[in-house]
Amino acid sequence: MIGGFMGCGSPHGLIDELVRQGKKDLTVIANDTARPGVGIGKLISAKLVKKVVASHIGTNPETQAQMIAGSLEVDLVPQGTLAERVRAAGFGLGAIVTPTGVGTVVEDGKRTIDIDGRTFLVELPISADFALVNAKRADYRGNLSYAFTARNFNPLIAMAAEVVIAEAEDIVPVGAIDPDSVVTPHVVVDYLVPQEKKNG
Amino acid sequence: MDIRNRIAKRAAEYFKAGDVVNLGVGIPGMCSDYAVPGVMFHTENGFIGVGPAATGVQKVEAFSNASSTEFVPVFGSCAFDSAESFAIVRSGRLAATVLGGLQIAENGDLANWTRPGGKFGMGGAMDLVNGVRKVIVAMELCAKNGSPKIVKDCSYPLTGKRCVNHVVTEQCVIDVTPQGLLLVEVLDGLSPEDIQRQVEPRLIVSSSLKQMER
Amino acid sequence: MPGKIRSRDEIIAQFKDGQTVMCGGMHNHGTPNALIQCVIDSGARHLTVISIDSADANLTLGRLFHHRLVDKIITSYIGRNTEVVAMLEAGEIEVEFVPQGSLVERVRCGGAGLGGVLTKTGLGTVVEEGRQIVEVNGTGEKYLLETALRADIGLVRARMADPLGNLAYRGTMRNFNPLIATAADLTLVDADMLMDVDEIGIDRIGTPGVYVDMVLAK
Repeated sequence: MIGGFMGCGSPHGLIDELVRQGKKDLTVIANDTARPGVGIGKLISAKLVKKVVASHIGTNPETQAQMIAGSLEVDLVPQGTLAERVRAAGFGLGAIVTPTGVGTVVEDGKRTIDIDGRTFLVELPISADFALVNAKRADYRGNLSYAFTARNFNPLIAMAAEVVIAEAEDIVPVGAIDPDSVVTPHVVVDYLVPQEKKNG
Repeated sequence: MDIRNRIAKRAAEYFKAGDVVNLGVGIPGMCSDYAVPGVMFHTENGFIGVGPAATGVQKVEAFSNASSTEFVPVFGSCAFDSAESFAIVRSGRLAATVLGGLQIAENGDLANWTRPGGKFGMGGAMDLVNGVRKVIVAMELCAKNGSPKIVKDCSYPLTGKRCVNHVVTEQCVIDVTPQGLLLVEVLDGLSPEDIQRQVEPRLIVSSSLKQMER
Repeated sequence: MPGKIRSRDEIIAQFKDGQTVMCGGMHNHGTPNALIQCVIDSGARHLTVISIDSADANLTLGRLFHHRLVDKIITSYIGRNTEVVAMLEAGEIEVEFVPQGSLVERVRCGGAGLGGVLTKTGLGTVVEEGRQIVEVNGTGEKYLLETALRADIGLVRARMADPLGNLAYRGTMRNFNPLIATAADLTLVDADMLMDVDEIGIDRIGTPGVYVDMVLAK
């Protein structure tokens, strides 16, 4: 699982390292595949990805080309449902029950439940081996805070993977992020990586 | 050391530095006094980093635990809402929870939220036993009237099925195993037979039975 | 610019007999006490209350029960409130117990436009009664279906509020409050401090103003 929304709030250093190591046949769960050469798009360009679970691939022609060529499997999930399925995994739930996608292709093969005369889809949790998270600040214990729209999927995926690696712009002493400003509690974070400083 | 502190001290031996732990009210709440440094405490109402009881100007509404006692937050604390709090509980992020017990069955079933016909509610106990990695029950071995609390089958309403890992009492420590209840520690001066007389199910006595300090 | 800030009288006028009211706070902490006083002053009765607990007798949320305004409560715990326990025993109030984690998920679902969640909490206990047990495709694992909960009015306590209704919380006063703010047709806020727009700090906002209808004026 990789945080970010069109590259904004993606852990760029960790993505570059994945490309450098050339780890192949990855399954990537993310909101999108950004653009060629940007964020998650770099993994697509390097042909390291076997399967993508995302809400859209419309902004990356390379993802589309690999899908049409049959070298990349793409599982499209409505964006709100994707966020909730990741959340269900992270929150220790068996599924969420949502009206999104009822009567559409999203319904195919899924169980439905009627509650008070309304039909809902049962959407199962999505978890991962690794979550690659981008944070604005981290303390040495692993408490994370985010900056503006760079938050997006990051706090959700931080809850939902076996191993959570967070790349932070600033790593600060414990206590420097006040408790009310912590968004991801340290208890879910396994490793911290400082973000490479591009300027200065 | 009195009985309650002795139980709390022994239960706290299950924690190690780096663990995040949830404590119930009563004896379990006293475990924080005996935990090794580096253990952090979670409270259901949305906090990791519960510290010592607050006094004087430290007493503020914004830092209170699930039993309504004001505390001083420790360094590196974090606050979150109730949904995230129980997400952390259900998804196995807590290393341990220490809870009280009314009845524990041979198979690890736990009843601790109410007596039959009780009308208080289960609070967060059912979530805790369904997700925390190690469920430790800290209680006195027998009820006040002397009747056994470790039973073949619970007659009280269950909090969770097959959820207990360890039972710490003032007289012994018992592990719940697939084979049955394993007696692993006995209080100095007591024999396994002394414990067996006070519980319903047959106990398996550990081959490496230890002595529990007074 | 008053924005969503409303007078006490305007807020009192929102309460009607028979409404369902969700209330933040736990064990008297983080409770919207000024709004609870508004409920009492409105004279509304036969309310259904959704809250984590019923507080203490005649304190904070407990005052609604003391004044006999509540017909039913959906909650996880009433043990601290001797008056509610006595009312339940006398058949004067209906109590529906929900495990605390499931209760907050039900409210979250109500606020997030979901139908419900599947959870293991409560399996094999009395909580199973009246609930659907769902087996998940393929895995055969069993879960309880907990359905969404919403209310007519949500009572929220915040540390800070701005005229757009953006809220920030402090410490464990947060608890149920941000969830309740999402799940009511009318969300009312009792804030300790009223701030200017943008004064709270964008990343510090715990509840976006879009969920909030009225903030009680100081």
